[in-house]
Amino acid sequence: MPEAPVLLYCRCAYAQVVPSGVKNAVLAQLCESGTSFETVSDLCEMAAHRDPRLQQLAQCGRLRIAACYPRAVTGLFHQAGAPLPEGTEILNMRSQTAEDITQQMLRPADAPLPAPAVAAAEA
Amino acid sequence: MITHTARPLKVVLYEGNGALPLPPEARLKVMTALLDKGYAVSRVTPTSVTATPSDDHTLLLLGTFPQRQAPALEDVTGRIQIETRDITDLDPETVVALVDKTRGDKPMNEPGKWKPWFPVIDYSRCTNCMQCLSFCLFDVYGVSEENKIQVQNNDNCKTNCPACSRVCPEVAIMFPKYQAGPINGDDVSAADHGREKMKVDISSLLGGDIYSALKDRSAAAKSRFSKERSPDKALDERKKCLTKLVSDGFIPMDVLASLPSPDEILRKAEVAKARAAAALAAQPGAQPAS
Ligand code: SF4
Ligand code: SF4
Repeated sequence: MPEAPVLLYCRCAYAQVVPSGVKNAVLAQLCESGTSFETVSDLCEMAAHRDPRLQQLAQCGRLRIAACYPRAVTGLFHQAGAPLPEGTEILNMRSQTAEDITQQMLRPADAPLPAPAVAAAEA
Repeated sequence: MITHTARPLKVVLYEGNGALPLPPEARLKVMTALLDKGYAVSRVTPTSVTATPSDDHTLLLLGTFPQRQAPALEDVTGRIQIETRDITDLDPETVVALVDKTRGDKPMNEPGKWKPWFPVIDYSRCTNCMQCLSFCLFDVYGVSEENKIQVQNNDNCKTNCPACSRVCPEVAIMFPKYQAGPINGDDVSAADHGREKMKVDISSLLGGDIYSALKDRSAAAKSRFSKERSPDKALDERKKCLTKLVSDGFIPMDVLASLPSPDEILRKAEVAKARAAAALAAQPGAQPAS
């Protein structure tokens, strides 16, 4: 049985570039599920001041992130000195539907990643 | 130099053993209110674990506890101070007020008061050519000990101005808070590479042909460069180019207004070019300047 991934949700609260309908629906679904998860107000804000929590997140094993474009999220972690581990899944709330994202976030640890989710290692 | 060092307080919405689950609607509302205020929140349930990273030595644990009695908790390692609060029947505003109170006067950024706006480099595309370093007049870019391009001074970046993303020949510079792709991090298409003209136009902002100046970094080239490009002509070009970028809606008007004086721009451009040339020269395999 593979290790369960840590789920991370980014609220993009400092600029609202993520459609609010999508981010609200994703958060609602995560809250409705019985699972534990991490949320941050804004990954960009954290990367701006090299928040050490990014490092802790990047080191917590497997990660599934609901945020925005995988290239941007990967770059933000890298720039903050916290490169994402290989196999990190980044789901894009700017381009995917809330349904798609929650389905992928909440799927069992051993279920394969359906397209178009992108693993950070490939981004 | 990073000036925004204030970190959000780490809050845990605890629904694990010893606590009761929050009503679903209340859980969502509290979570949303805290996130929109700038806090980082973990939700903890009995069925799964999470990372709960906490580095600032304070963790605030919120929950609905039997008899409304939040337990007193201590970190076994003694490193983190754990505060606990019962939030039974509290509305989201009251919960946020309680969290604010616990934070006290610890500084924290807040949404709406500042925008995280800075370039992010996609190192899978970047070729370390240093054109961004020589372009930026505000010292946003720097070079690592390994002579790799780096974003070093985020806070110097002009909010809402993505100009340097147009200078990068590899389309490797992103601004995640930008609306359109590929600058926002969206995939780079073949058409995104066809922007040579704009690149050349922008390079004139620096008062000269930075590309050839960087290619042959010789003293002779430098003196030819300064003879050929009178400061007045360079400034005229810069103004023309900037006006175009503003009218295209690419650069906000206030960026134009906040530019340094013409003399200062020329001075900064020279300094930036010299830093880029030095970094290029220090790269492995660089030809020594003749
Ligand atoms: S990482 Fe993406 S979703 Fe998160 S704050 Fe930055 S732009 Fe918004
Ligand atoms: S201009 Fe682009 S490719 Fe060149 S160093 Fe800067 S980010 Fe890298």
